[in-house]
Amino acid sequence: MPAFLFWIFAILMLVFGAAVVLNRNPVASALSLVVSFLGLSALFMSLDAYLIGILQILVYAGAVMVLFLFIIMLLDLRAEERRKFNIVPVIGGAAVSLALFAQIYLVIDQLCGAKETFPRLSAPRTDDVRAIGLLLFDNFNLPFQIIAVLVLVATIGVIVLSKKELR
Amino acid sequence: MATLGDYLLVSGMLFTMGFAGVLLRRNIIIIFMSLELMLNAANLSLVAFSRYRLGADGLPNYNAQVFVFFIITVAAAEVAVGLAIIVALYRARQTTHVEDINALKF
Repeated sequence: MPAFLFWIFAILMLVFGAAVVLNRNPVASALSLVVSFLGLSALFMSLDAYLIGILQILVYAGAVMVLFLFIIMLLDLRAEERRKFNIVPVIGGAAVSLALFAQIYLVIDQLCGAKETFPRLSAPRTDDVRAIGLLLFDNFNLPFQIIAVLVLVATIGVIVLSKKELR
Repeated sequence: MATLGDYLLVSGMLFTMGFAGVLLRRNIIIIFMSLELMLNAANLSLVAFSRYRLGADGLPNYNAQVFVFFIITVAAAEVAVGLAIIVALYRARQTTHVEDINALKF
């Protein structure tokens, strides 16, 4: 993938990621989240992870965004009215975030190999669905079944939580 | 060509944005979306390392991509349960503002 495409998608992802945090209207935040994840899925595909990129679009743009929008509409949330604005927690939170980013930057700067480009693949086109499927049903069979139980538990939990009265 | 460091830096920026959203926002649904941003930033660095560290056959290390698959599955289950909890909370308190939910505050 050419470098300019990487930067286009990275900036798209970061700008809409910032829009998620900065928007006052929850619906606009949810839609920005989807655009941000579309950019992220393009970055996955630039790393030859086609299955993960497609899954990202299917799961986030298809399922998670619909859930978020559904809940926002159900709760009838409007854009927040301006509350009294506490400046101290905002400055504190921004300072902690900047410190975290400075820490991440320093670690990446010292990481050996961070300046190198990615090595060439042996095959021009990866067969990643097959490779991941083989790993999933062979080496990672037990975690895969545990995940299945987890999804079942989540389904039951959601139904119990959505009952009218909790007992 | 973009380097490994570029991908890690972009992933770190996305993680920081999610972290700032969790710290700064007061709407519980936006906080939840910021958590999703942080999870996906971690996914991006996992996939970048998977592409950087090739296996013996010259293909990406697919163990990391299987891990990302599990993270996406768990995140989807987490969103379903979390939003159900938010709906139950809204039913009890009629608010999604974290400062209004302070019954356990010392």
